[in-house]
Amino acid sequence: MSRTPQEAEESRPRTLAEKVWDAHVVRTGGQQPDLLYIDLHLLHEVTSPQAFDGLRQAGRKVRRTDLTIATEDHNTPTDNLFTIADPTSRKQIETLRSNCEEFGVRIHSLGDAQQGVVHVVGPQLGLTQPGMTVVCGDSHTSTHGAFGSIAFGIGTSEVEHVLATQTLPQAKPKYMAVTVNGSLPEGVSAKDLILKIISITGTGGGKGHIVEYRGQAIEELSMEGRMTVCNMSIEWGAKAGLIAPDEKTAAYVKGRPHAPAGEDWDAALEYWQSLTTDEGAVFDKEIVIDAASLSPFVTWGTNPGQGVELSGSVPDPTAIDDPNERTAAANALTYMGLEAGTPMREVPVDVVFLGSCTNGRIEDLRTAADVIKGRKVAETVNMMVVPGSAKVREQAIEEGLDQVFIDAGADWRFAGCSMCLGMNPDQLTPGQRAASTSNRNFEGRQGKGGRTHLVSPAVAAATAVTGRLASPADL
Amino acid sequence: MDKFTTHTGTAAPLRRSNVDTDQIIPAVYLKRVTKTGFEDGLFAEWREDEKFLLNQPEYRDATILVTGTEFGTGSSREHAVWALKDYGFKAVIAPRFGDIFRGNSLKNGLLTVELPEAAVEELWLLAELHPDAEITVDLAACEVRAGDRTWGFEFDEFLRWRMMEGLDDVALTLRDEDKIAAFESNRDAWRPKTLPAAV
Repeated sequence: MSRTPQEAEESRPRTLAEKVWDAHVVRTGGQQPDLLYIDLHLLHEVTSPQAFDGLRQAGRKVRRTDLTIATEDHNTPTDNLFTIADPTSRKQIETLRSNCEEFGVRIHSLGDAQQGVVHVVGPQLGLTQPGMTVVCGDSHTSTHGAFGSIAFGIGTSEVEHVLATQTLPQAKPKYMAVTVNGSLPEGVSAKDLILKIISITGTGGGKGHIVEYRGQAIEELSMEGRMTVCNMSIEWGAKAGLIAPDEKTAAYVKGRPHAPAGEDWDAALEYWQSLTTDEGAVFDKEIVIDAASLSPFVTWGTNPGQGVELSGSVPDPTAIDDPNERTAAANALTYMGLEAGTPMREVPVDVVFLGSCTNGRIEDLRTAADVIKGRKVAETVNMMVVPGSAKVREQAIEEGLDQVFIDAGADWRFAGCSMCLGMNPDQLTPGQRAASTSNRNFEGRQGKGGRTHLVSPAVAAATAVTGRLASPADL
Repeated sequence: MDKFTTHTGTAAPLRRSNVDTDQIIPAVYLKRVTKTGFEDGLFAEWREDEKFLLNQPEYRDATILVTGTEFGTGSSREHAVWALKDYGFKAVIAPRFGDIFRGNSLKNGLLTVELPEAAVEELWLLAELHPDAEITVDLAACEVRAGDRTWGFEFDEFLRWRMMEGLDDVALTLRDEDKIAAFESNRDAWRPKTLPAAV
């Protein structure tokens, strides 16, 4: 149980996020922001080298190597596990390895059974649990909020700060609820839901808020689906997104390598059960969504808020009232090579990317394999399947999913961030158009001049088959 | 960190909203393990277009970037801040910033100031009509000044003090090392640990 003085004083109704926040306050009051204790710090090769350098220059150590873990993901090859052709990329990976060695940090390197995208690795090891604070030098750290934790991305200066002190100064956030009533219709996934939410709020709508997703549709999501929703919290500017833990959460954690066991399990479970928003707790803002009204959702533009139903059309910028948004939409259509009014289902794609911390988990691969089984990837399409982790890959092979993808003509790869951010050689070429299960459709995100439509795994698979944006119902 | 009190320079008017950190510096520039030398990555794709703002001679020496809302959204890459600094920018003015980018900027002595859309529009017009017009960003007074125009801005008092003193966050936090140790001694034993490794 929590024992901070703040917690003891708090008797008013609190939101889930406030409870987790209060339980981690090391120092509060005065002019400085709250100092929060960090339960888990995840590291990868891209945002950590300068932080380790900072430690070295100041003669500091990693305060809690036992709350720190590293993996290689952003800049690793997915066509093999051993050779990194680009010397700059190789040096970055080698730097992470030598830093972990020097400072005593656990690392899962290329070829290791637990290597993978950092936000897939934490949950699969059972290191991500309810009621924690989790940070990483990566904005999609919000993924871990699916377990009822406060999880957020940080910059490299903050990575150094956490390495040195295991804490972070944080200004008090505001709290928001996104309540999704009713059930998602058949064929509508967590990805469709979060893309719809971002299209309502815009990319800055969540700024300064920790968001609690709740309601029947959220409760009905699997843990994988909840991770997809929380993952994209940053895409509407939220500080973090989280979901109250329940039986599904506990069942997901139980038995994993770092899950509590025996008496520890009982103590942990008792605490986790207290992690709900109290009756009468006040949110600064609430958004209510009717799940039954949703359908498969895709993006047409160059930020994740520029989305529309798959059944809809490319919007007409001249019909947008806000002058900034009108200009942004017109610029986006130029970049995307799209005409206003074109039905989304008529948009042809060259590449389908299935993977990432948003949709690279086993459930995502199963969903896509179900759609693609016994079918072929269209001749005009290259489909790339990149499991979120080596473990996900191993599980998929056990279930025969790899063969489903290979038989359909897809490219079956090793785990990593891959084309989600286009840092390794997995990139779109200029003008190429992708349907991608990742999280960002920014200009050039997946490769210079590349054009991205964000989609769910089911839509990605159906699109691979037809060569145009499609849902399984279209097959 | 460099101290920041006040800066006077010319402005580059970047009339775009939602400039995410992938635009500020694409991922292929993030492979370096150093903290400097990122100026070539700044707006790399846009700079290939000779008509792009920063390729115009009159804006080449600008030190203040004035841009649209939601600047610096997306990826947490601090490289975006390093690239702006390495290129020569001292301050960025926008109606609103991505949270992580803003935090990163203030830890590196790059001042990010939020002004309303109308003020940004005025500054854009000024810099477009008079590229050599001087603009002052004054953190001590919490004001932006240009010609006879003055706009006040809000700034968190603690962050302002830290920036004006050029203070290192880690050193500040370690003043409370006893509180961290006390917190640690009370943490629940069942909380997960990465070591020893279980797989």
